[in-house]
Amino acid sequence: MACAVSTEARFDLDVAWRLAPQVQVRPERFGALLYHFGTRQLSFLKSPALLAVVRGLATQPSARAACQAADVPDAQLPSYRRALGTLAAAQMICRQEAA
Amino acid sequence: MTTTAALPLVEQFSHGLDAPICLTWELTYACNLSCVHCLSSSGRRDPRELSTAQCRAVIDELQRMQVFYVNIGGGEPTVRPDFWDLLDYATGHDVGVKFSTNGVKITPAIARRLAGRDYVDVQISLDGATAEVNDAVRGPGSYGTALRAMRNLAGAGFTGFKISVVMTRHNVGQLDQFKALADSLGAQLRLTRLRPSGRGADVWDELHLTAGQQRQLYDWLVAHGDSVLTGDSFFHLSGYGSALPGLNLCGAGRVVCLIDPVGDVYACPFAIHPAFLAGNVGEPGGFTRVWRESELFAGLRQPQSGGACESCAAYGSCRGGCMAAKFFTGLPLDGPDPECVHGHGERALATAGTAAAPRPAGDHSHRTSPRRGPVPLELSRRPPEPAQPPSARSGDRGGPGGRPPGPAERACNASPLAGFAPPDG
Repeated sequence: MACAVSTEARFDLDVAWRLAPQVQVRPERFGALLYHFGTRQLSFLKSPALLAVVRGLATQPSARAACQAADVPDAQLPSYRRALGTLAAAQMICRQEAA
Repeated sequence: MTTTAALPLVEQFSHGLDAPICLTWELTYACNLSCVHCLSSSGRRDPRELSTAQCRAVIDELQRMQVFYVNIGGGEPTVRPDFWDLLDYATGHDVGVKFSTNGVKITPAIARRLAGRDYVDVQISLDGATAEVNDAVRGPGSYGTALRAMRNLAGAGFTGFKISVVMTRHNVGQLDQFKALADSLGAQLRLTRLRPSGRGADVWDELHLTAGQQRQLYDWLVAHGDSVLTGDSFFHLSGYGSALPGLNLCGAGRVVCLIDPVGDVYACPFAIHPAFLAGNVGEPGGFTRVWRESELFAGLRQPQSGGACESCAAYGSCRGGCMAAKFFTGLPLDGPDPECVHGHGERALATAGTAAAPRPAGDHSHRTSPRRGPVPLELSRRPPEPAQPPSARSGDRGGPGGRPPGPAERACNASPLAGFAPPDG
């Protein structure tokens, strides 16, 4: 199933995102591994906080809300935006409307 | 990240994970071929081979551990009568499969069955771009078998299957031919390193790359790294300068391990020897306990000493090279890789002498027609490709402190780690 195409630079924090279909999450001490069974790509979430954001995406109205729900300080939003943009570019997460 | 003083991923991995990223499972020691460099000394089936039910139990456990996929090999895994059933069972339980085969069972009908399945990837072994070079290593007729399998896969619309090549002294001059073959079939080329493991120990001296060929390979990889998989095989070549794509870490017992046909768990596929045996999947607690609690793996996850290599400027990129290559050539594990690009391995080998090398364990070779003498190969090889400027593409390969390049194969022979670099705090 296709995901909305996104790039890091244009990642939209203000729309709703979710884990892509065919993606599984394996928590690890450092954060988590994500595996996409369609693209056979593996990605890393390098902190438990980022894992919390990713897990919260599906139940929040926007990525920004998911960050806030995971207590991400505003000052760190740009780096989370970059991380989420990378995940979107790798089709690990996609827009809810595209799922 | 900013939450904690997080270690770089490579450091995190060196401390081990709750489950392997990259698990190789040799389903059988039985094989229709007798490749001279077989790293598992395969040929004859082991009578203690795991049953279908035992294999399914292992798959159940891998699903519980969230091992997302396994690399299945052998021997020739497809000669197991239950192979296709186990493949279906694994993919039906969220365990993807990449299997390595010489192609003997990849008929047009099987190719159609495999095509388009998200959870299955196929890797055809080919060690020469011509029958002459391939068959000298893999046996008469094996080139034709592999090519037929590839054409069947391509004909069935299976794109992106892998052509897996063990680099030898005789095929390193064929890199462009391998690449052209892969491109013509819609396949992807995968190059791996010859290890002195299994029967490879017997032929390593005569088949491993010369120093000049290692440089030739490195330059080729730097120029083609984006489109060619390496299974992180060649991290010892990073000692030349810029790091090749990948983790550049020995993952043995940390992110990688091997389950052999009788259920024994080894630190890596190239280390079938009691010194690297961590346990058996049939023991209480199963594979999970072996992975998480075995003394051997716990030891491998402790900080490793680089020994004399630590004073070398290249140590940060090569990390001392391959544990199995050192072990089976009789070099100390905290010493240089036998193929150290700065020549330290050669000097160490000259000092150690071959008598120091441990013999690979568990020989399942066919008992008939043992190979005698050198690999029977005499051919006029193409002259080496003109050397690429060493720095031609090195600037964008993620040098020290740089981000790893984009999607490429990392960590082991199949791990397609995407180039995700989360924010560093």
